Amino acid sequence: MSGAPVAGTDIRAGAGNAGDPIFEARNVSLGFGGVKALSEVSFSVRKGELFSIIGPNGAGKTSMLNCVSGRYRPTSGKVFFQGRDITGMTPNHRAALGIGRTFQNLALFGHMSVLDNIMVGRHHLLKNNFLTGALYWFGGARREELAHRREVEEIIDFLEIQHVRKAMAGTLSYGLRKRVELARAIALKPDLILLDEPMAGMNLEEKEDMARYIVDLNEEWGMTVVMIEHDMGVVMDISHRVMVLEFGRKIAEGSPEAVLADPRVRTAYLGESDEPEPETAAAAREVA
Amino acid sequence: MASTNMIPCGDFKTSYAADTTIFPTVTSRNAVILGILLLAAAPLFLDAYWLNLLIQIGYLGIAALGLNILVGFTGQISIGHSAFFGFGAFSSAYLSNSYGVPVALAIPLAALMTTVVGMVFGVPAARLKGLYLAIATLAAQYILQDFFARAEWFTGGVAGTMAEPFSLFGFAFDTDQSFFYVALAATVVMYLLATNLMRTRDGRALVAVRDHYLSAEIMGINLTKYRTMSFGISAFYAGIGGALYAHYLQYVSVEGFTILFSIQFLGMIIIGGLGSIMGSLMGTAFMVLLPEVMQALTDSLAGTSLDRALNLKDSLAFLREMAIGVAIILFLVFEPDGLAHRWRQIKAYWKLYPFSH
Repeated sequence: MSGAPVAGTDIRAGAGNAGDPIFEARNVSLGFGGVKALSEVSFSVRKGELFSIIGPNGAGKTSMLNCVSGRYRPTSGKVFFQGRDITGMTPNHRAALGIGRTFQNLALFGHMSVLDNIMVGRHHLLKNNFLTGALYWFGGARREELAHRREVEEIIDFLEIQHVRKAMAGTLSYGLRKRVELARAIALKPDLILLDEPMAGMNLEEKEDMARYIVDLNEEWGMTVVMIEHDMGVVMDISHRVMVLEFGRKIAEGSPEAVLADPRVRTAYLGESDEPEPETAAAAREVA
Repeated sequence: MASTNMIPCGDFKTSYAADTTIFPTVTSRNAVILGILLLAAAPLFLDAYWLNLLIQIGYLGIAALGLNILVGFTGQISIGHSAFFGFGAFSSAYLSNSYGVPVALAIPLAALMTTVVGMVFGVPAARLKGLYLAIATLAAQYILQDFFARAEWFTGGVAGTMAEPFSLFGFAFDTDQSFFYVALAATVVMYLLATNLMRTRDGRALVAVRDHYLSAEIMGINLTKYRTMSFGISAFYAGIGGALYAHYLQYVSVEGFTILFSIQFLGMIIIGGLGSIMGSLMGTAFMVLLPEVMQALTDSLAGTSLDRALNLKDSLAFLREMAIGVAIILFLVFEPDGLAHRWRQIKAYWKLYPFSH
């Protein structure tokens, strides 16, 4: 919980605070055969930070996140979590260490209820196994399940999904599924939560809700957030720091303002608007 | 739309404990208890023939539940289930014959041995999926079938092996009437254990592996462990079912445990409903009783004008087999989600009757 920025007028108050790095990537490269998805990317995320990764499609953002969560193992380079080298660790081991994530394309357990989906997030916190679970009333499984149910209900309250807790996850609308996925990731009680495009495909109102949840997670729940997002308005508003990837390379990193001002970022991602315009305008005038 | 929990109006849960019971309402729980009590009275008014059918539903139902945990809940596939069923039968007979282990103890021990075998053959599941895994389990089927025929010390070879009747505190359950209670108790206990398993951590993990294994792994679930474990649990249930079968018939032959029998198990859970506990029992009952119903139908056809007009005679027997096949196909076409789903819809209908909203 330490290092979480104190809520104030400027929600980016914590940006300058040099918290200990909770996560660090050193010279991470990732190749699939001849295709280089990432080359020599290094960055670190400080405890309590809200860190965004942006970049054009295919820049390697999700690949980077997969290297953090363990789905991909970097071809070279190392990743550290809380000072530990986790490069060779399996995803399930990393979850137990405290890394949670959501997916870009929804990855809920479609035939389970919302409640069960979120309870799966408690997997590494629950102690009961197939034996004590099968005996349920004897051996403490019931007590444990009920205690965790209480905590899961808090997450359900926080994300305002009480009305669908018994519904099958696969039957929910897109916006709700995104929220349930976030709930499931929160249920892990992660120190570091990775959000892959949490606002993709949402309308303005849903985006505002989601942004509020993410800021709350960061400030009140004390989670360090790494987020991939294309909505620049949201990224600039809530991030403490931003990293920009292009063709698998890091081209900029820093506060949202600094990144926004970087000319390379403007050409690569945001679109250059100053130079070509007079020329095209002139050309247009000539044609006319 | 029929919801999965049919809760009467005004029945609000005020504690998480009340919200996590097996049965959604007290009435539904009492109905099941009443059903079990009625079954317990069955030997008083059913003859040995019907009891035999019910006992079959019991031990086959236990094994089918094991397969449902593997196929329906974990999303793996196995076409070697009858081999595990057979292994359980032979192990239990072997333990009680060769080491004098009391049958009541030999059954769970045999199931544990079957679990180990199941987990060994489940190891490929860590890497293989779908059709590839099906072929790998086919290997289990043939390896074990071959083992049964060759390992005379264990199975008695082609001659088969005798098995002691089930006995407890000196009372031998060697008649249909008495063994019925053994089968009933075992079925209730095994179904209860599975229900509990599926509502706790490891059961949820199995379903998570089925629904989305990539995100299951991100949630901290060790895929290899749970896939192998699912094979173990499935084999355990097959072992219990097989052992009960051995001590019921008191004779085990090496010939019964063929791939056809394995496919029959698959048929039971598909008809009953994949991923449904009670569906396993319903599907087993369907598969056991359908031939009886068809037999009754063809018997009633014999000697009628239709029989004489078409000159059916011996063809009646073939007609029966064909009718069973047709019934299964029709069933799958019209109720692909299984009996469990149909049962839920019937409940929903009656709850809302006469207003259909």
